[in-house]
Amino acid sequence: MELAFIIEKFIVVTVIFLISLTIAAYSTLAERKIAGYLQDRVGPNRAGPGGMFQPLADGLKMFFKEEIIPADSSKALFILGPSLALLTSLIGSAVIPWGQSIEIADRLVSLQIADVNVGILYIFGVVSLGVYGIMIGGWASNNKFSLMGAIRAASQSISYEIPMGLSIIALLMTTNTLSMKEIAEQQHGINWNIFYQPLGFLIFLVCSFAETNRTPFDLPECETELVGGYHTEYSGFKMGAFMFAEYLNMFLASAVMSTLYFGGYNYPGMDWVNGMAGPLFGPLIGMGVLLLKIFAFIFFFMWVRWTVPRFRYDQLMNLGWKVLIPLAIANIVITGIVITIYDKL
Amino acid sequence: MEPLSNRKKVLEQKPMNFWERLYLPAIFQGMGITFKHMFKKKETIFYPEVEREFSENWRGMHSLKRDEQGRERCTACGLCALSCPAEAITMIAAERQKGEEALYREEKYAAVYEINMLRCIFCGLCEEACPKEAIYLDGPIVPADYLRKDFIYGKDKLVEEPLKV
Repeated sequence: MELAFIIEKFIVVTVIFLISLTIAAYSTLAERKIAGYLQDRVGPNRAGPGGMFQPLADGLKMFFKEEIIPADSSKALFILGPSLALLTSLIGSAVIPWGQSIEIADRLVSLQIADVNVGILYIFGVVSLGVYGIMIGGWASNNKFSLMGAIRAASQSISYEIPMGLSIIALLMTTNTLSMKEIAEQQHGINWNIFYQPLGFLIFLVCSFAETNRTPFDLPECETELVGGYHTEYSGFKMGAFMFAEYLNMFLASAVMSTLYFGGYNYPGMDWVNGMAGPLFGPLIGMGVLLLKIFAFIFFFMWVRWTVPRFRYDQLMNLGWKVLIPLAIANIVITGIVITIYDKL
Repeated sequence: MEPLSNRKKVLEQKPMNFWERLYLPAIFQGMGITFKHMFKKKETIFYPEVEREFSENWRGMHSLKRDEQGRERCTACGLCALSCPAEAITMIAAERQKGEEALYREEKYAAVYEINMLRCIFCGLCEEACPKEAIYLDGPIVPADYLRKDFIYGKDKLVEEPLKV
């Protein structure tokens, strides 16, 4: 491996790491602002112009708060829980193709950290690993409410991973590849997968709400029943890590949905724009388009959160097992039939 | 049992139909409603900078009044303290000395007049009891503070500003 390659990857990793951290931090502000606007309020507006520095203030507050580790807890696991949650939500973005390759000084720099040829499976693995942070944290707290939250997180995650995986299978039947990069390349221009897999996208969307523990499926932290759910006993920076992990997961889910179904960095008329902007700025514009799509999804996540009340636990399970799984299987069957007929013609 | 009014309504609970069981139409309808609220006028009043108008019979912080010549009206009769259901008012009376006629209206005045704002329930009975029209609850909201002792307001905070000549 040559040195230039390592430096190049290091820069890409750092930039993507910083971008995801910044977006996650400002998602907290955006959430409160959007919540305010949806409820005829204005949201936080005291820290800096229009509340610009609110995430900084929140972060500082988290740092300086007293950290309490309950006397009866398993201390190592208690610390491991939030660390694992944060770690898994950060490594997921490694296989997202952020844009086409850019050309700097006769070198083709890929705007993707790692082009794993089973990228989708990698993301699935990482996302399902994320629930371990919640489970370990809830278990280590030695508190019945935390444990209940952790149990709910685990069962919810298992239930909704099945329809999610099934909806992806239908997508794979049309794309014939597991690599995120190739899937993104196939959707050149406006040839987006949403037009081939509308039902699959809907199932994936509902499941990603459940996987990221967002309302209407935020039963693991259900305040009305479980005090604070899995993070009842957490305070200070560890609590902040859990919160941050939630927002990072939302960012990751938005990025995955944009890449798989909404064309990633592709947009109509991109060839013309690329011709005008050149090999350096063309892909960067594509990356900006991808970020815009991600922001739209994050807004959608928040919009739903401040509209829909939380599901009851039995409703959640009914929806997962009795509605989404049959729908996802039907989607696979329909996709298979359509592909077969299309190939015969 | 006989109905007390004719307003009783029996609600029918039908099982949900297919569209209702899908949840999605209802969710989209709700999202439409919340989205409309994004562009509505915001109800927020930016409190320390902008204050909401009080109603005419608002009872806030007390003020001890002066008469037209700038003399304190209070004669320390103690009726306000007597009428106070929360026992928030205490006072020590004193006799007016020669040369103090410009300060106090009558021969007796309150040397110490204290209201404990943590005890006060802002009922306005002191205002009603006062025969000299000396106390009114026409001030702003009593501000927050850190220590209990700082909520005991003396004459320095209660008495109106002297007349400007």
